[in-house]
This record gives sequence, structure tokens and C-alpha cells, in this order.
Amino acid sequence: MFDKEKLSHLKEARQRWEVGVLAKTLSKAPESKAEFKTVSGSVVKRLYTPEDIEDIDYERDLGYPGQYPFTRGYQPTMYRGRPWTMRMYAGFATAEESNERYKYLVSQGSTGLSVAFDLPTQIGYDSDHPLAQGEVGKVGVAIDSLRDMEILFDGIPLDKVSTSMTINAPAAVLLAMYIAVAEKQGVSPDKLRGTIQNDILKEYIARGTYIFPTEPSMRLITDIFDYCSKHVPNWNTISISGYHIREAGSTAAQEVGFTLADGIAYVEAAIKAGLDVDTFAPRLSFFFNSHNDLFEEVAKFRAARRLWARIMKDRFKAKNEKSMMLKFHTQTAGCTLTAQQPDNNIIRVAMQALAAVLGGTQSLHTNSRDEALALPTTDSVTIALRTQQIIANETGVTNTVDPLAGSYYIEAKTKEIEDKAMEYINKIDELGGAARAIDLGYIQKEISDSAYKYQMEIESLERIVVGVNKYQVEEEAPKGLLKVDPIVAEMQKQKINEVKAKRNNLAVEERLSLLKKACEGTENLMPYILNAVKEYATLGEICGVMREVFGEYEQAVLI
Amino acid sequence: MKRPIRVLIAKPGLDGHDRGAKVIARALRDAGMEVIYTGLRQTPEQIVAAAVQEDVDVVGMSLLSGAHNYLFPKVVELLKEQGVDDVLIVGGGIIPDEDIPGLKEAGVDEIFTPGTPIAKMVDYIKNNVKR
Repeated sequence: MFDKEKLSHLKEARQRWEVGVLAKTLSKAPESKAEFKTVSGSVVKRLYTPEDIEDIDYERDLGYPGQYPFTRGYQPTMYRGRPWTMRMYAGFATAEESNERYKYLVSQGSTGLSVAFDLPTQIGYDSDHPLAQGEVGKVGVAIDSLRDMEILFDGIPLDKVSTSMTINAPAAVLLAMYIAVAEKQGVSPDKLRGTIQNDILKEYIARGTYIFPTEPSMRLITDIFDYCSKHVPNWNTISISGYHIREAGSTAAQEVGFTLADGIAYVEAAIKAGLDVDTFAPRLSFFFNSHNDLFEEVAKFRAARRLWARIMKDRFKAKNEKSMMLKFHTQTAGCTLTAQQPDNNIIRVAMQALAAVLGGTQSLHTNSRDEALALPTTDSVTIALRTQQIIANETGVTNTVDPLAGSYYIEAKTKEIEDKAMEYINKIDELGGAARAIDLGYIQKEISDSAYKYQMEIESLERIVVGVNKYQVEEEAPKGLLKVDPIVAEMQKQKINEVKAKRNNLAVEERLSLLKKACEGTENLMPYILNAVKEYATLGEICGVMREVFGEYEQAVLI
Repeated sequence: MKRPIRVLIAKPGLDGHDRGAKVIARALRDAGMEVIYTGLRQTPEQIVAAAVQEDVDVVGMSLLSGAHNYLFPKVVELLKEQGVDDVLIVGGGIIPDEDIPGLKEAGVDEIFTPGTPIAKMVDYIKNNVKR
């Protein structure tokens, strides 16, 4: 970014500073450590200067917000136009209780809904399935049929809110239920705004709620891309997620590299299925983690935006700029929350949320202080939401676009993360793509190696976690944690029985057998799923039919 | 010479969070134990079958989904049904303090909550292994 003459002058000045001022200080007061590293373990220099960004070309590498390569932001005015969507991930117990929590969040200024489903729902089992025992309503809301979905969104106008649903393997079924509820409210599918996570590859890698093998799973995903491009055009059809990869222990560069490699796999699958890149790519969205290292995280978000834009333009020859824009949701890092002195988590979350905002996120979930112990209470969620509102309204960081751009450190780190992520993508390409790299266990092994290293650093006190391995206190067990009543499982079972008694069982059977035939063929499955859902076929019944045809994924077990 | 302590690290239920299970598995292996990891989504029946077949001294279960009050005691119960009463049973994950007495009463020997140093777990296993 600087001319040669200026740089050589600066270099001489730096060398004079090093042998003079710096050496004098170091001889009197050495630094506290031999080497300084980011949370991800990459080396941080004492000082960054114009020399560190001499290879960066402003127009080529940074440009302007809302313009290729989008390093400075997805949109030209960013938070001067409107703040990010404050989207709190919530859901527990029954649809009734979760509905109440959503209405509370909206009344408190939350601007988007985000649905957490329980594990049986995420894995396509009804609440009365033997494998659901002990899990119903625990980590999210239990949804067995359209009936539950009607209750979940009761009194919430679906043409007014945007809804994100963390659902992957059975994403098509839950999206169909959402469309059906909207229809009952008189809202047509083209008015719906929201996101389904729908990212199966990271389930295989890190999150674990897979059902079907890779190939039929990719078909379901591309069927959704195709269906939504025609009928639900404002829906984000996938949220390609680095969040869980990072939670599983990856570094920042691995988070970007593995996530974008997954993204490449989805784009390739859709192109292979006959879709034009510019019809579906504008509806791809991403989901990242915001961890503790503020500057590293800001650099990570910027690097991800730039790298994805380049991939879409150069590799996939996208023509529409919208296909090149990486828009993303962020959640603060759950893995950094401590069970010890839980109020300290409020501070961690605030810093992580700030990093996401400085990195230009489109929406944000802030974790609650008590989440290393249980699902959050209403009080804790309110503090987490207020944290975002304080950043948006009081700190002034929203006044200008991409405020940290031009920092020698931030720009150097952005470039470094982009380069490292690209190395991972190249390696995955060599292995035959993300799906193959997952089958080989390559991605999982890289992540668990990083996770192990991280933990060992905590054990050896090389890495300090306040309240855990330093500054500990004796403390009493926290009181007032949220508990899900085991009666929820019984209530769900009863609801399933009622639904099954009331619905037209002949119609259900017919719709399910049509779905089965479609699964065996090559047609788009969305219309068949939608038809089954509307007759109140349960999630477990629909996924059961698909399990019969597709079989189930088998995980590569490795430590 | 005494054989190394054999440990089964298991993921009961539907929970997919296995960072902790994998880190512990590796750390116990580094501490000289023989470790078998089940992978995700194991039913209590599968865990017990693996424990018997692998003739382990310790069963360690990791669970973050909140289903521990059902799944941990179920594993203990099935082990007893198999006539296995000399295996050390430990658990870890997001487990509220108030649930711990009940789990111990049900036959779980120890619960390790988030933030527990690995060295403490290793020592506990070495000092309490029943055979």
C-alpha cells in the first residue's frame, strides 16, 4: 500500500528503533514471554508496521463495502443503515413454552427468531421413539408434527419476522412445516424470510445430528436450493457453519478453511444437479463463531468474506455480485464459557460480541452466562440481549463501516488467515473434496489435534482461563438454573396420539408412500414432503420413510 | 506385570458434542491407559455390551444434552444385570451440581463437571479403579 522509496525509508527507521529505543528497554525490562500467540496459536509480532502490509493492494484486496471482494463489508452502509439482527437462539420443552419465550424476546427488542430443536427432532425421531428417552425437550423444543409447529408460531406473524431454524438432516421437513403454518396464517411462501441451517457436512465433522448418508443428504440440500429459488425466494437455504467446527476445537484459520471447503462442496453439488450458480448462490449464508481473541476474530470475518468472494468469482465463475457476498450469522463461543464464577461469562460474551460487530456480522446471538451449567434462564438471556443493545446504542462502534481496516495488525492477520484457510482448501481439494476428506477423517483429525493442544495448554497453565486455572474461589453451587420437567415427554406423547387419532390416516399413508416412491426416483422431494406434512404425518414417520430408502450415515470413529 | 487400566469412553444418547470425550480419551491414553472410544449415539445396551466385550475397568460417559439423569443410571443398571459390579463408572459434561447426589446414589462413582483438570481425573481413576 506504500511506495518503494517510502518503505525503504521506514525500514531503516524501524531498524534504528530496534537497535536503539527497543534494545534499551528490553535490556532493562525483558518481555513477559518469549513468544506471543493468538488464541489459535499463531504468532503475534511485537509491532506491526506498513512493512507488514506492503503486498496488500487497497483496490484489489480491500475495496469498498458492498463491493467485490467485500473485505470491508457485505453492504455499503453497514450499521449506519440499521444494526445487525439481534437473534437469540432459543427453544426448550414444549412448543407452548418456547412460543412464550419468543414472544418475550420480541417484546424486549429481539429482531429475529432462532429456533432450537431438541435432539430427537434434529435426528428425525418422534418424542415417543425409544431412542428419544431422556432427551425430549432438553436442548430445544420438541416438534413431532405440524400441530407443534402451529403452536410454536401461534400469534407470531410469519410475514413480519425472520426465523432461523437450527435444523440439518430433516431441514426439508421443518421448512415444509414452516411453509404450511404460514399458509394457515394466510402468508404465501414468497413472503417468508429466514434461514435453515441445512448444513450436513459439518454434522458429520463436528455436530453429530446426521441421519442419512452423504449422497442422499446432498440431494435433499440441492432439492431445497432448487425448490426455494422458485417458491421461497427470500429464504436463506443453508447456513454453512464454522461455528461447530470451532466449538469442536479448531483454530480460526481451520474454521474458515473447513467451512468454505464445505461451501465449495454444496456449490459443486448444486451445479452437478443442473442448477445455475447465480440462481442459488445469492441465498447461501454462513455462520461463524466469535471466540476470545478480539483482533484475530475480526481478521477472520474479513478474511472469510474476501476468500469466499474470490472463490465464487474465480472458481465458479459467478456473474451476480450477490453470489459472491458472504453474509453471516455469528454466535459467541459457547466453549469459552466457564461453569466457575459464571457471571464472568457476561464479560467474555461482550468482548466476543464486539468482535463480531467489528467484523461486520449480519446477525448475532449472544450466549448467556449460565450456559456452561444449563439452558439459560430468562434473566440470563435478557442480559445477553442487553449486551448487544449496549454495543449497538452506546459504544459508537457502529458509526463507521469496518472501523479496524487499515490497522497494520488487522490487515496482516486478515491476509494470514486467508492464506492459511486457502492452504486447507487446497489440501481438501487434493483429497477429493470436503465429503471425501470427512470420510477419510482428515478434517476431524485436524480439529481434534487442535482441541487437544488447546486443552493441554490449559492444563499446563500456558493458557489462562480466569476462574478455572487462575483466580479460583470457593463457590456455592449456582441456584435457579432452568430445568426441563420430564413430564414434557409425556405431554408430547399424548399430543402425538391426539394428532394420530384426529388426522386422515388413509391420506397420510398415501402421502408417505408417494414420498417413498419419490425418494427412490430423482424428483425434487420438497413437494412430497410438504404434502405429507400438511396431512399431519409426523416428523418421525417422514424421516422413517427416508431412512428406509436412503439408509443411515455411519460415522468414522477416531480419537 | 499388571496390565494397563482399560477404559471405555462412551457417548450415550443423541448428543453430538464429542470434543470433551475425545480430549479425555487421548489424555487417558497419554497417561498410560488403554482407551476405547465408542463414537456417538450409543444406547445404554450398546455401551454395556462394549464394556463387557472389551473387559474394561472403567466406563466414562460424556453427555451435554441434559439426558444424564436417565441414561447414566440406565447404564449402571444394565451393567449390574450383566453381573458386572467391579467396573468404575464415571461421567462428565453439563451436569448441574444438584443432579450429582442422585447420580451417585444410582451407582455412578464420580461426576466431573466442566473445568475439571485432566490430572485430577487421571488420579481419581488410578486411585479408585476396583480391580
